Parts: sequence; structure tokens; C-alpha cells
Amino acid sequence: MRRSAVIAAGLAAVAVAGCSSSGSGSSSPSASSSAASPTGTITVFAASSLMGTFTQLGQQFDAAHPGDTVKFSFGPSSGLATQITSGAPADVFASASPKNMDAVVTAGDAASPQDFAKNTMEVAVPPKNPANVTSLTDLAKSSVKVALCQPQVPCGKVAAEVFKNAGLKVKPVTLQPDVKSVLSQVELGSVDAGVVYVTDVMAAGAKVKGVTIPASDNASTLYPIATISNSKHKSNAQAFVAYVLSPAGQQVLTAAGFEKP
Amino acid sequence: MVTFPAPSHLTARERARRTARGGASRSVPAPLLVPALIAVGFLVLPLAGLLIRAPWSRLGAALSGSDATQALVLSLWTASASTAISLVIGVPLAWVLARSSFPGQRLLRALVTLPLVLPPVVGGVALLLAFGRTGFLGRYLDSWFGLTIPFTPIAVVMAETFVAMPFLIITVEGALRSADQGFEEAAATLGAKRMTVFRRVTVPLIAPSLGAGAVLCWARALGEFGATITFAGSFPGQTETMPIAVYYALETDPDAAIALSLVLLFVSVVVLVSLRDRWLRRGPVP
Repeated sequence: MRRSAVIAAGLAAVAVAGCSSSGSGSSSPSASSSAASPTGTITVFAASSLMGTFTQLGQQFDAAHPGDTVKFSFGPSSGLATQITSGAPADVFASASPKNMDAVVTAGDAASPQDFAKNTMEVAVPPKNPANVTSLTDLAKSSVKVALCQPQVPCGKVAAEVFKNAGLKVKPVTLQPDVKSVLSQVELGSVDAGVVYVTDVMAAGAKVKGVTIPASDNASTLYPIATISNSKHKSNAQAFVAYVLSPAGQQVLTAAGFEKP
Repeated sequence: MVTFPAPSHLTARERARRTARGGASRSVPAPLLVPALIAVGFLVLPLAGLLIRAPWSRLGAALSGSDATQALVLSLWTASASTAISLVIGVPLAWVLARSSFPGQRLLRALVTLPLVLPPVVGGVALLLAFGRTGFLGRYLDSWFGLTIPFTPIAVVMAETFVAMPFLIITVEGALRSADQGFEEAAATLGAKRMTVFRRVTVPLIAPSLGAGAVLCWARALGEFGATITFAGSFPGQTETMPIAVYYALETDPDAAIALSLVLLFVSVVVLVSLRDRWLRRGPVP
């Protein structure tokens, strides 16, 4: 309850910041015709696994569109979807699963989402690999402490598919709120292994080691993106979505390990 | 019926003051009344929202899910365990803070009551860095005894105790400071040993505050979220307490989240009623 209050306060702060900066944006001379060249601040709600790439895309978008600012709220897609359908002031939603996007579309808060990336899973272990995890099957050992995402969060759902494909029964010690918190439990050495996205292992660099999941067992998830129906910065939001889908945007995603949808 | 006339021995000034006070309670000036009403609305309306949106017809179904029951059972016993631990180690600490004097005592009091104002999630990070598997104490527990505290109900109890015990400590310390030490001195004069005095005189003397402090501590432990999810993680039946279950249920089954919230609201009301002599009494708390 307290966490959601904090989130609400954060959203309020973002909303206030959004108002103030769009106010200052419209007073600048270049922004006299807002329809032709959209200016202002848009808020993008994006899955945790997009933290690195979207932060970079945001900076590039800001540089290419002077006067515009993109702000992000990263979190579990399921939680973000709930916030949006409860009226959170988002302009764009980028989900790590079509399911969470569908929930937002069904609620009438978004329309015609477009898939922009695909991601597969990998096992992350601490650099010292204390439990000597060398394959996916090691996660089924009772001596190996495993962290997974909550089952309603895309990374938890896809990890469950992986275990099903491999015919494994894995009993995790903790179900984390999002993929980045699974990764931080691995980085801290609190757990012996976590199932995260390929892109998370790549982004973590030397802080974790990756153990590849055989392609026959691996599962993937699609990432849809859409503008939010009652966005006050519609054209700006559409410009950002177009940028993510553009060759420049796709290049950033591919470099981070995402696959084409 | 016997009616009591206004006491005639009052001085004119006292009588005037009484009249003025009576008058003040009859008419509240608008500059105070309006913000006061806003405050009431702000504090009460969200709770009304909880009651209005409550899925009354399927309350039972929403609560009987195995996760909800597990969370409730886990929350009740961990909060009780952390209250018991707080009583066993917190009350002696309150006594030390109230009745003895030594250098650095004020610093010690500040340190042990710090969790009152510390954001619980910071407490969770601190616990993780101390007792986590790679923490400066936890690593020895792990390598010497093969003990890992995080992700176990023990971690939940530790997180709750860390956050809730200071409530008991300050309540009991306050009571010890204001208690009449004459009884303790009399008992000591009659030959009672210090521990006997503590058990037979001091504890009965501060029993009401002890009870209030324990209830407060229990309620705080029951509502603990930040330190618990940070240090203990979250797994149904193991470490997923009621507040954590509410948080996650909001993403999957909002009706269940509301139903669980109602249970916590009900418990809070019971706690408040049990403390009514202390907090709901008009006027300043002694």
C-alpha cells in the first residue's frame, strides 16, 4: 500500500514536472506552432527490461527534437498497465508482453499497439558462481537458490514457459517485483541464480555471468508499444513511438541484444 | 436530582476563562473550520473509497484464495513473534535508557529509535547488507553454519522487529520516566533485590503502557512492507505478508487487493479501539 502511495506521489511529481516544462516549452520562440513541431514533455511507461535501451533512445530523441523531453517510468509491465488503466498520466506504454498491453487496449486506454522487439531468457549467476550453475537444469537442485519474477510479470511468465519446455520443477526462494530486482539479487549474491532476459545479462556487464538456455527450451516475449488515448501530447508521443520503430531506434535495441519482432 | 450551582469560590478571571473556553467550542472560526474539514475529508474519504469499492458479495471468495490465507497466517504469526522478541529485548533496553545513566546514553537512544523515522526500505537494505548472504555478518552465518536468513520467515520477523521495536521502546521508556519511583524505592528499602523490584513493582506499574506499546508494535509489524520486501523478498507462504500480497494483488486481482485491505483496515480499527483510553480520550495525553 505504501509502495503504491509512493508511486502515486512520484506520478504526481512527474505530472507537475510535465506541466511546468511544457509551459516553459511553449513560451520559447521555436514552439509557436505546437501542431507542426511538437514540444513538451512526454512520459513513457516502459518495462524494466527496457531501462537501458529506452534511456538511451530518450536521450537521442531529445537531441533530435530540441525542446522535447522524454521522461520514463520503468517498472513491471503488469504494474504499469494497472497504473495506466487507473488513470496514471502516461503518454506512451511499452510493455514486455502483449498480455499487459492487451489489458490497456481492452480498457480503452490505447489502440493499435505495434511490436518493436523480441527478447529471450538467460540464466544470470553471480560472477563467482557460488553454486556452480552451468546449465538450466542446475536450477532445479534444491541447494540452488533461485530468484524469479512474480508470475504476473512478463519475465516471470516467460521463465515459467522455459521451465515447462525443459520439463523442470524449480522452486524459487523469492518472486521479485520486476526483472531488474531479480538481477540485483544476483548481483548482490543473495541468490545463486536468476532467470532474466538476455538483454539484462548483457547490460549488467561484468556484474553477473550468463548461462545460456538451450534454444529448444528457451521462450520469448514480444514487446508492443502504443500511445495512450488520452495523452495531452499526442503528436509528441507518436513521434517517440515512430522513433523506437525507426532504423535508428531498432539499431539501439539490436545492439543491446533485443531481436526483431 | 441534585444540581450543582456554579462554584462560587472561583475568581472572576477563572470564571471568564471558563466562559471563553465554552464559547470557543460552540463556534469555530471559518479560517480554522474550512482547513479542518479538508483535513477530515482527506483522511476519511480514501477509507470510504475502500468500503465503496469493496466486492462485498464475493469477499469470501476473494479472501479464501490460498495466497490470501497464507499471507494472513504468515502476517499474524510473524507480527506476534516480532512483538514477543521486542518485549523480551526491548523492555530491558527501555529500562536501561530510562533508569541508568552512562556516557553516550542520549546517542544510544537516538540510534535505537532511528528506525522510527528511517524509511523502512532503507532499513531493509541495511539488514540485507548486514545479514544478507554476502553481508558482513551474514557471510559468516552462511560459511560457518550454512544459514541463509533472507527469503525465510526469520527474515520477515527480523525486518518487522527492526521497524516495530522502537515503538515499544519509546512507549515503555516514557512510562518508566513518568512512573512514581517511590514504590520501587520502598520495595528496595524493604530488602527486595533489583530484579525482584523490576518484576514485582516496575512491570505492574507500567503495565498499561507496556500493553499499549506492545499493541502499537504489533500493528506496526503487521503493516511492515518496505523492509520486509527488501530483506526477505517475497514468496507465497514463506515471506509474502499481507501488505505485500495487497501490493501484488492490485496487479492481478484488484478485488482481492481490496478484500485484503479491508482485513487490514479492520485489524487497525480493532487496534485503535483497544488503545482508545490512550489516544481517543479528549485532551492531552499524560
